Amino acid sequence: MSENKIKSVLARCIPGLTSLAKKGPSGWMIIVGMVIVLGLVVMTAIGPWISPYNPSASNVGPSIAPPNSQFLMGTNVLGQDMLSRVLCGGSIMLQVAALSVLICFIMGVPIGLFSSYIGGFVDSVFSLVMDALYAFPGLVIAIAIAAMLGPGIINMSLSIAVVYIPTYFRIVRSQVLSIKELAYTEAARATGAKWHTILFRYIFPNVIPSIVVVTTINFADAVLTAAGLTFIGLGVSIDIPDWGLDLTKGRELLASGAWWVITFPGIMIILLALGFTFIGEGLSELQNPKLQR
Amino acid sequence: MPLLEISSLAVDYRTSRGTVHAVEDVSFSLEKGETLGLAGESGSGKSTLGLSIMRLVPYPGIIAKGRIKIDEKDVLELSDENMRSIRGRKVAYVFQDPMISLNPVKRISAHFTQLIITHEPKTKKEEAYGRARDILKKLGILPERINDYPHQFSGGMRQRIMIGLAIALNPDLVIADEPTTALDVIVQAKILDLLESLRKIYGMALVLISHDVSILLERCDKIIVMYAGHMVEYANSTELYKNPKHPYTQGLLKSIPNIELVDQKLSAIPGSPPNMLHPLKGCHFLPRCAYANEKCSVKEPPLVDMGNNHFVRCFLDEEGANGE
Amino acid sequence: MGLRVYIITRILLTIPTLLLLLTMVFLIMRVLPGDPVDLHFERKGTPEQIAQMRQILGLDKPLWNQYVDYLWGIADIGYLLRHEYPNLGKSMQVTSQDVGGQIFSVFPATLELAIYSMIIASVIGILLGTVSSKSYNSLRDHLIRGFGTITYAIPVFFLGIVFQLIFGVYLHWLPVSLRINPNVEPPAHVTGLYTFDSIFEGNMVKLVESLKALLLPSLTLGIILSGVFIRLTRTNMLETLRLDFVTAARARGLKESTVTYDYALRNAFLPILTMMGLQFAMLLGGAILTETTFTWPGLGSYIVGRINYRDYTAIQGAVVMFGLFVALVSLVVDVLYAYFDPRIRL
Repeated sequence: MSENKIKSVLARCIPGLTSLAKKGPSGWMIIVGMVIVLGLVVMTAIGPWISPYNPSASNVGPSIAPPNSQFLMGTNVLGQDMLSRVLCGGSIMLQVAALSVLICFIMGVPIGLFSSYIGGFVDSVFSLVMDALYAFPGLVIAIAIAAMLGPGIINMSLSIAVVYIPTYFRIVRSQVLSIKELAYTEAARATGAKWHTILFRYIFPNVIPSIVVVTTINFADAVLTAAGLTFIGLGVSIDIPDWGLDLTKGRELLASGAWWVITFPGIMIILLALGFTFIGEGLSELQNPKLQR
Repeated sequence: MPLLEISSLAVDYRTSRGTVHAVEDVSFSLEKGETLGLAGESGSGKSTLGLSIMRLVPYPGIIAKGRIKIDEKDVLELSDENMRSIRGRKVAYVFQDPMISLNPVKRISAHFTQLIITHEPKTKKEEAYGRARDILKKLGILPERINDYPHQFSGGMRQRIMIGLAIALNPDLVIADEPTTALDVIVQAKILDLLESLRKIYGMALVLISHDVSILLERCDKIIVMYAGHMVEYANSTELYKNPKHPYTQGLLKSIPNIELVDQKLSAIPGSPPNMLHPLKGCHFLPRCAYANEKCSVKEPPLVDMGNNHFVRCFLDEEGANGE
Repeated sequence: MGLRVYIITRILLTIPTLLLLLTMVFLIMRVLPGDPVDLHFERKGTPEQIAQMRQILGLDKPLWNQYVDYLWGIADIGYLLRHEYPNLGKSMQVTSQDVGGQIFSVFPATLELAIYSMIIASVIGILLGTVSSKSYNSLRDHLIRGFGTITYAIPVFFLGIVFQLIFGVYLHWLPVSLRINPNVEPPAHVTGLYTFDSIFEGNMVKLVESLKALLLPSLTLGIILSGVFIRLTRTNMLETLRLDFVTAARARGLKESTVTYDYALRNAFLPILTMMGLQFAMLLGGAILTETTFTWPGLGSYIVGRINYRDYTAIQGAVVMFGLFVALVSLVVDVLYAYFDPRIRL
């Protein structure tokens, strides 16, 4: 039964994918990005089952062993198998990224929609606050909030989310402002449409394309910021395998030249961020015909 | 020996959605001191033709076929460096929109001195500066304003400056692409008069590109009418006015409003501009032509020599008339 | 309008923004769940300890009072003149020390890192972006764009560690931490920027040593930031190169290099400059991570260190400092813009 479900989902995706492929290099970028992201998500999900060793178990092998036939990616200072840690290490990052994007979206988009639609004093106030927040170095805000809230997945997500809400707000607002003035919105008003109809049926559908692009870039940024917070020590305090944590711990081994402890987790983070970036880049190129020849 | 000789020129734009044949099979010549008018609507290829003479067709355009000879030398075979030295010195270009043709962060004096010193490197700055002031005088602009920025001038004055930059080094040929389109009517006449007076002083040839055929009839010796990238008619202006042979030319001339007639109905050419991405087989003007018949849909009509330096691209019968 | 009037107007406009900024920081530090003093003692503090610290830091007063004190403290010019740093409260860890003093002593290190990183990022970004835009859609163009995209996805500390491994551990070419070789005395303090101070002192050895220490961190941060600048420059140049006055310049027979730099880049430069100014905030975030990686004793290391000590007034002070710095840079960028573009002034 689940096999049929997968088949029907694929059946619906394939025409979408082929039409994407037809759109040239931008379409290909999107497909590559989606493959990367999906691949990493699946890998992390089934990680516990396919890892050769328990990623959190210490001393399954010698300490700081370089990559060899038994431990394809070597071991770290605690004798943990790096390959297993890499396979399972995306979990926290993915959860934090997903959660923070969700929070951002739920908060930033409605505020942006309503503020710009209502206009006037309310809009000015919101814009001022959002602009001030936007100009502020993101990591600094995330650090400040994370420092106050303490460690944990939810707290991390909140800190990161606050940084990016202004981005959603601005994009939504600029789109709404331009659409608000278009003739067909006025026409709708003239025919007596209620404000929520105008907002949700006329304006919102046109805002969606830009929001999608922002969301993908947001994912990429969230991954990198989460890694950054972990590196500083504001990550999750439990010993769950995490790429960011490995980078932090691996740094202490620098002098011994144990490159494998940091290289593989680092590449994973880059891949995840790249995947989302590709999707976002491809999407924004498709939407911007000026840049396409 | 003609100053400018174009043979079978073809220019294509290779876009991702298909190739557009912006200019096809264009041939004409221009003598020293002559004026040639290029008439046609937007998209007819007249601007592309003008730019191709300078080898300035923008990406993704390329000159696909033909020869462009200036003083017997084919410019398509020149190196980039040699072509560069011709531009501005032997052949010059006046652009359509004076509001965006000058460098906003450069003073007018710098525009001139840079031009002069690039082509005549031994010139001293003061000398170039002095020459610039002289040119401004000829353009009717107060020389004291030479150190102003472009945005401090009106549209008409900026166009004069553009013309000044074009004639500064006494070129043999000036190509003016719709020099008056972006300006209001009163200024238009002044600009065209200025071009004419400068032309008489310097003795240069002029290619005047415009969608306004009445201007060309007034000021040009010869006229080429372009449609969908093709030359559809080529004649001396008086001949063209008295005896237009191509249905498009006839339509153009008929649509010039006559101020002396009372209750005149404005005449227009029926139909819409051609789709350059998916051109028709046969004559491109067919959908809008009152005289079209079967012959016109099969092949492209050839360029017919009517004598008296008059050429028409149309299927004409023995007496030289269009089909019924 | 004149440049002077514009500058004054712009400075005046900064004040409400700064106020908003300071308020936001205050809200984050005070209004979020968790009492700073309580957290400082990690919930193990005795009532006397808590009360004492509260009193020293003025946290026993009502919130409104604290807000006013906080703002007033920063605006206190007298304090600023007396101590050469603003009043940002006292450190929780060592309550006799002024946060302002601590911050101002570490800030020059961050400033130096920021300046050199910005220079590297700008040079790489503008050069590669221009080259890319001139050969639109070519292999070179795609490679440069690819480079720009990938550098954005690399965590800055990862690149830093990789550089440390390659150039420090394997090749032993460059130092991997600190601002200057420990065997060399830092130059006499004029600006706090070692490279400049070395020049003032006329000491070449110190200059070379401080540059050697600066190289890896600023290269790391600079390369990561350059990705964004490449894209910015490329997009702006592509648009500008299409404009009529560029073709008109070519039509006058000007050299292609002149057309690219004197016509296209000069006009594209201003929007690029503004956007670079906006990216400065990103630079500061990256600087924190870079400093941690290279043990660079700047404001970034300071704030990270203070987190471990749960020194919340210090964290607050550092965050305020970052905000002030960003506001200042944005002011400078706007003024530079007005200076370079005569149209804005008139």
